Amino acid sequence: MKPMNALSNSLRAGIAVCALFLLTLPSWGQKLPSVTLRDLNGKSVNTASLAQSGAPTLVCFWATWCSPCKRELNAYMEHYAEWQKRTGVRIVAVSIDDARSTSRVAPYVSSVDWDYQVLLDPNKEFARAMQVINVPHTFLVDGKGQIVWQHNNYADGDEDEVFQQLLKYGRK
Amino acid sequence: MRGTLWGACCAWLSVGLLVGLAGGVRAQEEGGAAEEGAPGRITGNVQLLWQSYAPDSLIGAVVPPEKSALNAYGNLIYTRGNFSAGMRYESYLNAVVGFPGRFKGTGVGYRFARYSDPEVGLDITLGNFYEQFGSGIVLRSYEERALGIDNALDGFRLILTPVPGLELKALLGKQRLDFNDGLILGPGLVRAVDAQVSLNDLREAWSVRDLRVTLGGNFVSRFQAGSTIAKDTLVLTLPQNVAAWSYRLGVQRGRWSGNVEYATKINDPSADNQYVYRKGEALLVDLAYAQRGFGWVLNAKTVDNMSFRSDRNVLLFDLPINYIPAITKQHTYNLAATLYPYATVVAGESSIGGELYYTVPKETWLGGRYGTRVTLNVAAANGLDTTRLQGVEGATMGFQRNSWGFGPSKFVRDVNVLLERKVNADLKLKYAYFYLEFNTLATPVTTTFKGLVYADIHVLEAQWKTAPKQSLRAEVQGLFTEQDKGDWATAIVEYTWSPHWFASVMDQYNYGNPDVGARVHYLYGAVGYTEGPHRLAVGYGKRREGIFCIGGVCRAVPASNGFEVTFTSSF
Repeated sequence: MKPMNALSNSLRAGIAVCALFLLTLPSWGQKLPSVTLRDLNGKSVNTASLAQSGAPTLVCFWATWCSPCKRELNAYMEHYAEWQKRTGVRIVAVSIDDARSTSRVAPYVSSVDWDYQVLLDPNKEFARAMQVINVPHTFLVDGKGQIVWQHNNYADGDEDEVFQQLLKYGRK
Repeated sequence: MRGTLWGACCAWLSVGLLVGLAGGVRAQEEGGAAEEGAPGRITGNVQLLWQSYAPDSLIGAVVPPEKSALNAYGNLIYTRGNFSAGMRYESYLNAVVGFPGRFKGTGVGYRFARYSDPEVGLDITLGNFYEQFGSGIVLRSYEERALGIDNALDGFRLILTPVPGLELKALLGKQRLDFNDGLILGPGLVRAVDAQVSLNDLREAWSVRDLRVTLGGNFVSRFQAGSTIAKDTLVLTLPQNVAAWSYRLGVQRGRWSGNVEYATKINDPSADNQYVYRKGEALLVDLAYAQRGFGWVLNAKTVDNMSFRSDRNVLLFDLPINYIPAITKQHTYNLAATLYPYATVVAGESSIGGELYYTVPKETWLGGRYGTRVTLNVAAANGLDTTRLQGVEGATMGFQRNSWGFGPSKFVRDVNVLLERKVNADLKLKYAYFYLEFNTLATPVTTTFKGLVYADIHVLEAQWKTAPKQSLRAEVQGLFTEQDKGDWATAIVEYTWSPHWFASVMDQYNYGNPDVGARVHYLYGAVGYTEGPHRLAVGYGKRREGIFCIGGVCRAVPASNGFEVTFTSSF
């Protein structure tokens, strides 16, 4: 009886998942979920409010122990002024450093002179809500608040593709 | 149990389905934009790790009878307005080598339903959830999937924000212990409350002040049925309810910031402390300074008998309620990260550490054309300063602590420096040096040596932009020690074609092993393809026996040889 019950339960779960899947197809576009994080000044920030009206936002998940993440955000910094000028983009760097390294985030960010809004997500609540598995993971949110592009991993030169995406969704 | 969980899963999804079908209900989208009749959204991710195993007597490779293994995870979250429901489907067919071998089968390992309305300050979760109070030294439920660690709570959580700046949390649940065709929970009940006040958010006039102050406190109680234990000639009654609590303060002003958290726990005889009744204490302090081009942080920590689990009889990674971060930096270079990684000795340690960051200005002799980055990191940890108690007192209380300072037993010394310089538009160089003194009795990362390992590690990394969107990265590393397995060398070459392809080859060579037969090359190659949030990588080669750590928590991974395929995708 047990295998039959398990099969039956599996079918029930499968049907429920499929129904949900089909039900939500018309609105596949994703918006930023609502999670309350703190910035480096200790101020509360609701992640749902990160998107800019009429201009794109890049949300980049990183950590102080992640070398590719730092390479990515340092590379973006070299182009940030031009990107802002041409597309109006704002970059939000979300650190998933936990209690072991959270206190290192602010000194590191200052030392490399990042001009980004930096948020702390020490128990990965926002990362989970955004379905982030590994860092670096970068999301592009358009001026209407929709997540329109995302990229996992970083290789030198990826900033060129990011810029192309920003041009696509940036200020016209 | 399995049927119950399947039923619960279906129930969560059914709830989501019902809410989704209620199309006439006004859906409040995040960001405040209302969408009439919106059907809701679904997001998810998938992660697969498949390994094959071939015999290799030279490295003592583990070959399970099934000769291949698969770990697979699929997350789905359905969101409609303020409501969300989700589940994680997990498969261990069978679990990959290095994972807890008891993880078996396939089923739902995580499911929840949540209603969160930031407008009224209400957040309710039923089912599984992760939570952290303060720095986590009294309560942290979290997942480190790569290590097989998941102590998710299963129960009920309420978060209230009655006024801006005040957050109240209450939760009740059991913790995830195991997986066998579904979630298996531990026996203990966890009850907890937390309050946090951000003074600057309480009044508008204070919100613009330069000085920002956050206060918090929490109380966590574990219930586990228990009776008595026999110890020496004594019969001791086990406490069924064990409480722990902490107070925390965070202060920021201009370039300065500081945090302090003090925690205590009442008598909690457990397998971790050989069933003694002394109370536990922990103190965490950090102070940081940050200005343009320069920053530093100092950390200090004392931990005394602060292992806190929802089952007093388990060890290692099972059912931790709290999380005590390690004082050392989480290194990223292969030899420094995997051979002698330090994890907090929660039974008792005192530690201090710090890190300094400085960017030498560009257009100077030391800074060069682009500026030179310097990172200096120091960490030291010793056992506590204690006196062993004798007789009945020794059996029941173990030891007495004489001070918060360092005891005579050295656990770790880790001094390291990293220099980074961009030579020209196409070439970046990095050099790192590490000095390590590592007590393998305190953190047993190796079976071949017991005592203090003294090691020097040198790393040279070069990154060369070979063509537009193409890059070659190479690392040469050497670890030099007269203890344990002797000297190691590692070479890594990685080529990337942005934005899709990468290929890498790594060779780790234990050329200084006193056992000449163990001087083995661990050669491993991989290629991968990334398309947006989807990534596929295929590797082949020898995987070294070692310690795999994330966030100061480590797991021993045996040697293996064969193929490895990983796939991750988010949508």
